Amino acid sequence: MAAKKILIGSRKGLLTLEGGDGDWRFTRSAHLGNPVEYAVEDPRTGTQWAAIDHGHWGEKLHRSKDGGESWEEIALPKFPEGEKVFLAFAQGEEKTKAATLENVWVIEPGAADQRGRIYLGTNPGGLFVSDDGGESFELNRPLWDHPSRAQGMWFGGGRDTPGIHSVVIDPRDSSHLYVGISCAGVFESRDDGKSWRPMNKGLKAPFLPTPEAETGHDPHFVALCPAEPETLWQQNHVGVYISRDGAASWAEVSQEIGPVGFGFPVAVHAQRPETAWVVPGVSDEQRMAVGGSLCVCRTEDGGKSWTELREGLPQENAYDVVYRHALDIDGETLAFGSTTGNLYLSEDGGELWKCVGGNLPPIYSVRFA
Amino acid sequence: MARVQFTRHLNRFFPALGEEDVEASRVSELVQGLDRKYPGLAAYLIEDDGSLRKHVNIFVEEVLIRDRRGLSDALARDSKVFIVQALSGG
Repeated sequence: MAAKKILIGSRKGLLTLEGGDGDWRFTRSAHLGNPVEYAVEDPRTGTQWAAIDHGHWGEKLHRSKDGGESWEEIALPKFPEGEKVFLAFAQGEEKTKAATLENVWVIEPGAADQRGRIYLGTNPGGLFVSDDGGESFELNRPLWDHPSRAQGMWFGGGRDTPGIHSVVIDPRDSSHLYVGISCAGVFESRDDGKSWRPMNKGLKAPFLPTPEAETGHDPHFVALCPAEPETLWQQNHVGVYISRDGAASWAEVSQEIGPVGFGFPVAVHAQRPETAWVVPGVSDEQRMAVGGSLCVCRTEDGGKSWTELREGLPQENAYDVVYRHALDIDGETLAFGSTTGNLYLSEDGGELWKCVGGNLPPIYSVRFA
Repeated sequence: MARVQFTRHLNRFFPALGEEDVEASRVSELVQGLDRKYPGLAAYLIEDDGSLRKHVNIFVEEVLIRDRRGLSDALARDSKVFIVQALSGG
């Protein structure tokens, strides 16, 4: 088996884990002491990217062109002057504040045929696009100007402002893409971002006056099956949903009895669209491992049934929560990191888990290179 | 020339930063002057809209500046300025 590499964004820096066949080792650390909120390696170029929250000094973007050996800070894009964030549910009077880049939530390299394309999903809801490998970024105006935003249907979920956490590119057609926004919902573009439409039919938002609203939903993470891109999955604030028609409609596949419901991440098998994994949490009020025991749930039939995968995971006194970017899949290998600094890995689709790091900082992102 | 001192925390990102003399009549001009000398430094101190970052403090003659939004506080020719992280940021 070829060696695999995983980039881990954590509260105290960027860690790199490499290995395979049961032998995994931490091989590198960078940005020590700084919260790395997201890190990814661009499969087209090998360039590594890290979004770092320097707290006092603000959000920064770093890039490494030598496999993580050395890093350079890249100027973050700014919202155009005069752009506003609409504060939630401000009825009657327009409550706004100036749009400033608060946080880079996801960094998504473009498709193979889009050399130099990089997407940044940010709070307060701007999608920034680079076509020159990150030298410059531009705000995607059509999404930012979507009327639902000014109508107050984009608002903060977990953070004070709406944020883009998922950028999903159709492997058949790079001008076809989806974004996931908390809170606003899933939006689709079929013309390389020139126009966008909401794709939230079938989702419920019990926190809205109209739960079946077109926008205002809270997808926590959105992913598609690369071999069958008409199938998308989302772990939503409300539950787990599948779409088999390119996000035109969604069906909830949470469990009525069983842990599958609340959670943040979802991973989809690269070839089998009906196979997906989630890591459930107790509820949005508590956000803990269900019953103090950690489990990953897998479905192989599109969510009709779920298997609880617990072998190798702590089954008592566990408080691990897994954030939306902290579960990833490569072939049959899955890895996830938790808020309590544990990194778990399975090389057999989740049947058996091994803790490959138990005293790590809180983990924000886990991404196979 | 205003004389500026910094928290050593900023040396992590700008190793050459020491006591700096900057020609400026207002704090906003001072930040821009520092950014010309240390490109990118302003983004560590102010938000995109020019306001002071929430957890950054600027003192002029040991007094916190009043205008965190526009940084319009006046500087005298020999003002002493101190730029630090606020403890509110943890």
